[in-house]
Amino acid sequence: MTDATITPVPSPPKTPLTEADPRTKKRNAAEKRFQYYGIAAIAVGLFFLIVLMVSIVRSGLPAFTQAVVSVDFTLTEEQYDEAEAQLFKTAAYQSYFNAVLREELRERGLDVDFDEAAIERILGKTGGTLREFFRANEDQLGQPVSFELSASSRVDGYFKGRVTREALQDSRFLQQSDLDLVDALADAGIVFSALNWNFITGADSGVDNPGGAGIGASVVGSFFMMLVVLFLSLPIGVAASIYLEEFAPQNKFTDLIEVNISNLAAVPSIVFGILGLAVFIQFMHLPQSAPLVGGLVLALMTLPTIIISTRASLKAVPPSIREAALGVGASKMQAVFHHVLPLAMPGILTGTIIGLAQALGETAPLLLIGMVGFVARGYPDGFVAGFTDPNSAMPAQIYTWAARADVSFYEKAWGGIIILLVFLLTMNAIAIILRRRFERRW
Amino acid sequence: MALIFNTVEFFNLYPASEFFTSLSWAPSFSGRGGSSELGLLPLLWGTLYISIVALIVAVPIGLFSAIYLSEYASSNVRSFAKPLLGILAGIPTIVYGLFALLTVGPLLVSVFGDGGWLGVSWQGGGRAVMTAGLVMGIMLIPFVSSLSDDIINAVPQSMRDGSYGLGATKSETIRQVVLPAALPGIAGAILLAASRAIGETMIVVLGAGAAARLSLNPFEAMTTVTAKIVSQLTGDSDFASPEALVAFALGMSLFVITLTLNVIALYIVRKYREQYD
Amino acid sequence: MDDQRIIERTTVMKDIKIAATNVNVFYGDTHAIKDVSVGIEDKAVTAFIGPSGCGKSTFLRCLNRMNDTIDIARIEGKIELDGEDIYDKRVDPVQLRAKVGMVFQKPNPFPKSIYDNVAYGPRIHGLSRNKAELDEIVEKSLRRGAIWNEVKDRLDQPGTGLSGGQQQRLCIARAVATEPEVLLMDEPCSALDPIATAQIEELIDDLKQRYSVVIVTHSMQQAARVSQKTAFFHLGDLVEYGETGHIFTNPEDSRTESYITGRIG
Ligand SMILES: Nc1ncnc2c1ncn2[C@@H]1O[C@H](COP(=O)(O)OP(=O)(O)OP(=O)(O)O)[C@@H](O)[C@H]1O
Ligand SMILES: [Mg+2]
Repeated sequence: MTDATITPVPSPPKTPLTEADPRTKKRNAAEKRFQYYGIAAIAVGLFFLIVLMVSIVRSGLPAFTQAVVSVDFTLTEEQYDEAEAQLFKTAAYQSYFNAVLREELRERGLDVDFDEAAIERILGKTGGTLREFFRANEDQLGQPVSFELSASSRVDGYFKGRVTREALQDSRFLQQSDLDLVDALADAGIVFSALNWNFITGADSGVDNPGGAGIGASVVGSFFMMLVVLFLSLPIGVAASIYLEEFAPQNKFTDLIEVNISNLAAVPSIVFGILGLAVFIQFMHLPQSAPLVGGLVLALMTLPTIIISTRASLKAVPPSIREAALGVGASKMQAVFHHVLPLAMPGILTGTIIGLAQALGETAPLLLIGMVGFVARGYPDGFVAGFTDPNSAMPAQIYTWAARADVSFYEKAWGGIIILLVFLLTMNAIAIILRRRFERRW
Repeated sequence: MALIFNTVEFFNLYPASEFFTSLSWAPSFSGRGGSSELGLLPLLWGTLYISIVALIVAVPIGLFSAIYLSEYASSNVRSFAKPLLGILAGIPTIVYGLFALLTVGPLLVSVFGDGGWLGVSWQGGGRAVMTAGLVMGIMLIPFVSSLSDDIINAVPQSMRDGSYGLGATKSETIRQVVLPAALPGIAGAILLAASRAIGETMIVVLGAGAAARLSLNPFEAMTTVTAKIVSQLTGDSDFASPEALVAFALGMSLFVITLTLNVIALYIVRKYREQYD
Repeated sequence: MDDQRIIERTTVMKDIKIAATNVNVFYGDTHAIKDVSVGIEDKAVTAFIGPSGCGKSTFLRCLNRMNDTIDIARIEGKIELDGEDIYDKRVDPVQLRAKVGMVFQKPNPFPKSIYDNVAYGPRIHGLSRNKAELDEIVEKSLRRGAIWNEVKDRLDQPGTGLSGGQQQRLCIARAVATEPEVLLMDEPCSALDPIATAQIEELIDDLKQRYSVVIVTHSMQQAARVSQKTAFFHLGDLVEYGETGHIFTNPEDSRTESYITGRIG
């Protein structure tokens, strides 16, 4: 049966094992090279991550500070009455303020002179702010009040290095000579960088006021949307998974549903946006820009994620637990709801949080349902009221800023991203902790 | 359903043959009247071009890191590098969009643009196929990498042993045994990544530009199906005009394309899994 | 019964190809091989027998450093191939495995054509200068794997499409193609029917003219049929090692006897 015709092959020259022959050396070199490709690939990936992080942090951190001018200002009652009697009331306040500022500079031995126009370029119109304050707080008249007034966005940019002396061209917004004044004020400690609370808590401010733009309002909007997503997709998702996993018969139909769920997870988000626009706004006439609509669309997108992770955690509960429950006389319903579901809960929650985190960062569908370009007025009372009042959302707000012509908004967009990422990081950290905490091996 | 309804309405207003074959995209702005040219092809070309650039970036990097992580890396390196790469996957696309618009675009211009380091003036503005493609590639790296990782791990160890037993080195084993065995699965993974790239919106809206062009120059601005859906629906045109309704037709085309890719990809991956179960 | 005679025969008639002295293997905390010393002869078949989990595969894998691919495995002691320590730091396991080939329990053809499966080894080791030579090697190896007649008309079809027995013979042909000096076989027949088993046994018998063959088997009959020497392992110990005929007819250790007669295992 052996059809072997053995002809001795010229065996390669015998080399001791401890010595690599030339061919082995070559192969080992190829091996090393291949390994370096792998390391290089990972290094490139991590390099991109670092570049991304560095550019976010570097460009975004300045959004959290703001150049302010701090002045102790005393307005006597006489001055107040005098100003209120004039035709240009705010101009009067402004000249009081300028006088105080001059005095302040002289006191500190700084001999710089300025005209009113320069102050206006640096600080904007201060008179209005002052007047508003004193009209509201007449009891403060005659007492020193400490004012912190935000500098204009260009001065702010000068502080943050965005605007440089060399590049600055004199314009009605800012002039070279103003920078001397700013330097002097900074030396005197009158102008300095302070934490910009308004950015964290405020609302968007409109196209021509980058300094006053804040993300707070859209955080509230995002929060409303997440509530909608949570209360829609969690119950539906869990119910659907329980049905599919525990009760549904194994047939062609459930198989089809299963395939569709995994396909649904891969449908581009923008398609969900169009769908939302057509169904909720065009057809059901829900209001545009409302967190309710945004939440509905995002809930649709989150559903597959929740179903997939819920089913995975239901599957992970060993059948012995079901059998034990059924064995002591529980109905199938009781077995699932009293015994299986509690055990699967950590997994479900983890999946839900991750799904929510995805939804939180989703932007494209929000563009279509009009959650961009919206400027909240009357914040904070105007819209916090409900789900159907127009609002923005974090990612949409970031997009709005990024799409504006004024470059000062870019800083705000990056800053918004930092806040968004902090939220995402927190959610993911919670998910990871949950998983670690409740990880169980059967 | 509503999608189909609107699409049908669009084709009532605008001939389907024009939509699918016209080589130009020039919507007239709403209210001003005049006829628009609403051809899908230039948009599709931009979409494909950007996706191809993205895959050229993501596939080698993703695949090689998956190979390294699953075959070479010690468990320490793995538990350190994997989640780090995973972060790239968890970052929302708006962040990548901004990254493209404000960091990568200007950077590319300073290299390839007028007066750049290379002394060529290929790239006019920050928004370009290259910008969007590169950033989208970065976004897809962890996607490709984790899918390939799963797939490579599904190749049975006995097959590797067979190769080592014949005196093959690790890289020979990977290139000649593991990768061929994993090929169908990896192909599926790449299709899934492609479908992701085609449906991606924010990166192209912010990074690719708005001009519909049929051009081969990767440094030129081009636009995509998704970017046009956004721009046609975010203006304040009324829903009944063909200029707005075309977005539904675009969305429908996008849906069909990505769905087809997904179905094929999932089928391939499923078949592949069954083979080694 | 006459110990003297056996030892004489081993030393006089055959060279020792592989000499293992005081080998210990640990998988993490599991002590899988305990202080095993054995000399494996050239141009002969050595059988490893013993109950499941006693460390036969583990020891076999030490002989061509396949255990290097398992992270938690740790090997102590000395194994020499033709007088060279194979665990020397300078030894490249890749080069070693070209000399000490291996066939596994489960057939594991590559997802390639039958031809490419067999040509795999010769290609990576550069054993042929041109296509004609490679063709020759492939044909000869397939003939020696006793499968040539079955596959000669479909060399370009995938190796995974063959039956289990054919796949295993393909794997043997693949291992033979690299011209190893030692061939390690881990239960090569466990997945095969009696006819395929007989073919492979014949093949092994033939291979021993040129190679040293080590075979792990659970079948006493097979060990008795094909091997000249037999080693009996039990719980990581090498209990008994000697002439096959001697072990089967006249075991010295009571454990060997009870295993052979079917009382343990
Ligand atoms: N990769 C591994 N990791 C940890 N322990 C292992 C590993 N491989 C084998 N072992 C342990 O080493 C011991 C010997 O295993 P080995 O596979 O060598 O047995 P065997 O004699 O070949 O058994 P069988 O006849 O069933 O193939 C067993 O206790 C086994 O559990
Ligand atoms: Mg074994």
